[in-house]
Amino acid sequence: MPSKVTALPVKRTFGQTMRDDAWWVQPVIVFIGFSAFIVYSTWAAFQGVNYMSGNLLSPFYSPEIWGSSHHAMIQADGPPGWWPGFMPYSPAFLILWAPVSFRLTCYYYRGAYYKAFWADPINCSVGEPRNSYLGERHLPLIVQNLHRYTIPFAFLLLVFLTHDAWKALWFEVEGVGGEEFGVSIGTIVLTLNVIFLSSYTFGCHSIRHLAGGAIDVLSRRPVRKVAYDCITCLNKRHMMFAWMSLIWVGFTDVYVRMCAMGIWVDWRLF
Amino acid sequence: MKTATFKVWRGNSDGGDFQSYEVELDHGYVVLDAIHQIQAEQANDMAVRWNCKAGKCGSCSAEVNGQPRLMCMTRCDDLDLDKPVTVEPMRTFPVIKDLVTDVSWNYEVKASIAKFAPKPSDQDDGTWYMEQYDVERPQEFRKCIECFLCQDVCHVLRDHHMHDEFAGPRHFVYTANMEMNPIDVGDRVVSLRDELGLGYCNITKCCTKVCPEGIAITDNAIIPLKERVVDRSYDPIAALISMVKGG
Repeated sequence: MPSKVTALPVKRTFGQTMRDDAWWVQPVIVFIGFSAFIVYSTWAAFQGVNYMSGNLLSPFYSPEIWGSSHHAMIQADGPPGWWPGFMPYSPAFLILWAPVSFRLTCYYYRGAYYKAFWADPINCSVGEPRNSYLGERHLPLIVQNLHRYTIPFAFLLLVFLTHDAWKALWFEVEGVGGEEFGVSIGTIVLTLNVIFLSSYTFGCHSIRHLAGGAIDVLSRRPVRKVAYDCITCLNKRHMMFAWMSLIWVGFTDVYVRMCAMGIWVDWRLF
Repeated sequence: MKTATFKVWRGNSDGGDFQSYEVELDHGYVVLDAIHQIQAEQANDMAVRWNCKAGKCGSCSAEVNGQPRLMCMTRCDDLDLDKPVTVEPMRTFPVIKDLVTDVSWNYEVKASIAKFAPKPSDQDDGTWYMEQYDVERPQEFRKCIECFLCQDVCHVLRDHHMHDEFAGPRHFVYTANMEMNPIDVGDRVVSLRDELGLGYCNITKCCTKVCPEGIAITDNAIIPLKERVVDRSYDPIAALISMVKGG
């Protein structure tokens, strides 16, 4: 059992450090990066328009459970009947909670936003602004322990996004009807989105634990061993894929939105 | 030969301050060489703990330019010598004198953790059969040299002084070494949650960044242990499965 230690050096005040490097750069980049994504994705979710263009559907709106486009599972002009009248409606509202909860409770993101947004600590060996500390042992942050419960929803979204990338391979033949196979820039954008999101999702620490981390003798479980090894491989680059997937999913929405608004043309390669 | 200024913290538990020393650096000097030169030529009473000078004993831990480092593994030509180089003792432990800190708290915590508990032997010669694959995970943790730099940089200890509630990264590595060992049958999961304060870790990865042995402390020890605590304490489905299995 740990015991109290007395006669410790005086705590440093917020930002006080002997570090001579630009320690503030990393938290500033993370703060700006996350803030920019939060502001843009919130704005995009509230729009409720320009989220699809031909065979392309924005990942912020996929699956379109209840909406007016031809991608919608249930086609309707207005919100569902049970939707509170005083609240604005957008098809994105029905699904965005899933990726948000997965990323918000992700081990990488937790460490990153505790530093950049809460300065706890703002960077290693740099003084903190507060004396009190609860960690993830007490409410509210103890709920971070339920990260694994967001995994099924993240998997489900990957299935839908893969389906969207598949649909982006098929183009309507004008005047004749029917569809033909092809590849456009949008196809590549949506496919890369699935690849980056899958690489991030399957590198999750909780999935790694569920696949094999919980077992001490994994050598006798060949299937779980292979799964554990593959997830470990992605897990080593979890931070990189967290950023790549975040940036690319935002760009994918920008791309589809620009095409939908007629500002960009989705060039067909063949 | 280049002359560099070293600002070394001098004092004891009552307080102290940085004192400047000019040092003629030879080729290949590490910070510990410079400290030894100061000790030999300018400050015979300067206290510094060291032993192997090869990055394997974990004795010469200190903070060089504010970064927890082994002095013997910090090359002077990697530092900006146009500015004074600061060297101070670790800030997570009480100072005894100058660069020497009292790290005995770590040994007390270690002694309180349930010891390695091997299952009965499964071989005629009294040993155990293990696949190399299965021992690779704990083997990473056995590289730890107990330099306590991870403890020094951890803000829960360093800035919040929660030594009475939080064991720190070094002890999570130590516990993971036993918990993940294929022949260990001990159970330290409840202790990790209650006594060792694993939940206080907020995954800053500072411990991983300073580890001179390159142990992936956060990804391979702390987070997997957190997940084992979740299995036992916070996940109702895992608890139900465990109950049905009779675990």
